[in-house]
Amino acid sequence: MYDYSDFDEAFVRSRVAQFSDQVSRRLDGSLTEDEFRPLRLMNGLYLQLHAYMLRVAIPYGTLRPAQMRALAQIAQTYDKGYGHFTTRQNIQFNWPKLPDVPAILSDLADVQMHAIQTSGNCVRNVTADHFAGAAADEIEDPRPYAELLRQWSSDHPEFQFLPRKFKIAITGSPNDRAVTRAHDIGLRMLRNAAGEVGFEVMVGGGLGRTPMIAFVVREFLPVADLLPYVEAVLSVYNTLGRRDNKYKARIKITVHETGREEISRMIEERFTEMRPQFGGADQALLSDIRAAFAAPQFRVAPTDSFDAFYKADPVFRAWADTNLATHRNPDYAIVTISIKAHGQTPGDATSQQMRVMADLAERYGHSDLRISHEQNVILPHVHKSDLPQVHAALAQVGLATANVGLISDIIACPGMDYCALATARSIPVAQEIALRFQELKLEHDVGPLKIKISGCINACGHHHVGHIGILGLDRAGVENYQITLGGDGSQDASIGEKTGPGFAYDEIVPAIERIIRAYLEIRQSAEETFLQAYRRAGIAPFKAALYGADGAKDAA
Amino acid sequence: MSRFTPKVVTANDLRIGDVIYLTADDRWSRHHHEAELIEDEAHAQLRLLHAAAQRNLVVGPYLADAKQGPNGPEPTHFREAFRTRGPSNYAHGKQVDFAHV
Repeated sequence: MYDYSDFDEAFVRSRVAQFSDQVSRRLDGSLTEDEFRPLRLMNGLYLQLHAYMLRVAIPYGTLRPAQMRALAQIAQTYDKGYGHFTTRQNIQFNWPKLPDVPAILSDLADVQMHAIQTSGNCVRNVTADHFAGAAADEIEDPRPYAELLRQWSSDHPEFQFLPRKFKIAITGSPNDRAVTRAHDIGLRMLRNAAGEVGFEVMVGGGLGRTPMIAFVVREFLPVADLLPYVEAVLSVYNTLGRRDNKYKARIKITVHETGREEISRMIEERFTEMRPQFGGADQALLSDIRAAFAAPQFRVAPTDSFDAFYKADPVFRAWADTNLATHRNPDYAIVTISIKAHGQTPGDATSQQMRVMADLAERYGHSDLRISHEQNVILPHVHKSDLPQVHAALAQVGLATANVGLISDIIACPGMDYCALATARSIPVAQEIALRFQELKLEHDVGPLKIKISGCINACGHHHVGHIGILGLDRAGVENYQITLGGDGSQDASIGEKTGPGFAYDEIVPAIERIIRAYLEIRQSAEETFLQAYRRAGIAPFKAALYGADGAKDAA
Repeated sequence: MSRFTPKVVTANDLRIGDVIYLTADDRWSRHHHEAELIEDEAHAQLRLLHAAAQRNLVVGPYLADAKQGPNGPEPTHFREAFRTRGPSNYAHGKQVDFAHV
């Protein structure tokens, strides 16, 4: 894993000192809130409904055990004993007090972490495939490129005041687990006809109030051209992007208003100018970074105990069937730890749970932990013979829920339980859907299904790309939930289609149940997933299930 | 002319971030029912200015719709109702911090 250089260390420490001084000046009245607000946002500190919220960056979702323990300690010392893992692979603390924030940032710096650029109109945390470096289907580990982008974009003087925030996602696999096509820039690794590795570069994706799937601006970019090309995209956006209207300021609107052909031409032209300015220092740096991400020394040992346990223990078997993914080393597995126990808040882990995950990573997982955009935690490298012990230890702290990829593995933004921007609650809707389908014992029969819930149009819960998307709105002073169907965040990305009028808070769970029952009725076999059935049969059978055969539900 | 909807002045505490309400005797209370219910638009603007001037104590003061209840002012919108309690997924915030009051 990447270790801070002296430069990184000095930079982060100087920011802690600078922000500590700014906090003191706010508390003694030297700074007004108008002056302080942009300064705190640059350091990840928001003021939400009930308290401050500190968003800490987890670069490309990668953590080591000491970092996870530091997060646990911060949650315990300065917060209410838990942290919230987000859809951008970050962690948020919901209850810090302003005078404590300098100490929190200092504790974070001790483990090479910070909250810089987790807010503001800059390049945000670069997100990556959470199975990076472990997945069997991977061409190359994308994290060295993500780290290169992190270093390049951190405090980049030209890109601190972009028209709007800017999000980059990267995957090294043809199977896109990083939702690259819904990002400002999506990078998907591939090989050309000559067998060389490069990137498919996609630009202009995004969710929010105007959801758009990114278009391919460059079909094959040699890896050595990555930084100058990304800089060319940013540079064109920084010039063209609208600063007059924040709702039209993201690059997806710039692409839409400029036209794909014209913006591609401008990016390529700018790239031609930029390319000679990159004299190879970036490639030397990349080579150093690559060494830091060398694969662990995989253990050679028999896996018989896994097979025996798998046969003998049905609880372990159910967990193994849903929560394990194929590792590139056949003796290993990728473990997804579900942070979605039925009835719990999606993405919330207690300090105790964080410490157990850190211990397991250290003991059985080559000291590697990942946070997924689906708000789960991954142990990317576990030898199969260790899986029974890992499962048993997880079960002790309520982390052995066997539901990854199923209906209760729901993405939900914090919604109006915390967020000042929200128009309705998300978390209790997720909790109630999970509990309802647990009660019905239908979850495993329904099979792969992604429900994603956002509490406002900004779509932090990715509802547009949920197989079932739920959007919470304020309709005349009452919470109202709009449903979309058929969204997909994979390499076949698509935006979900609205079913029709929304549903009141107490109607939304029964509405989801009607959709699921309709699916079970129309599917051609148990192998036909919800998304496949939707793509085959269209929205009509689901509309009928929601609103009756004649579609007669009063507009909400 | 449409009738003025009664208001309370609310904000967040600078140090803690907690939700607070301006009282008639110029205190900041943690309780919605202790807030001053303002029934006149001009008076509401004056009270908001008074709140905004206390920039070393409070952040983001604004006027929120409210109505008279048996124990004092009550919120009328669900967002403001949530602000009087705390989140619905945990017993955190006002619902437990002031449960004894």
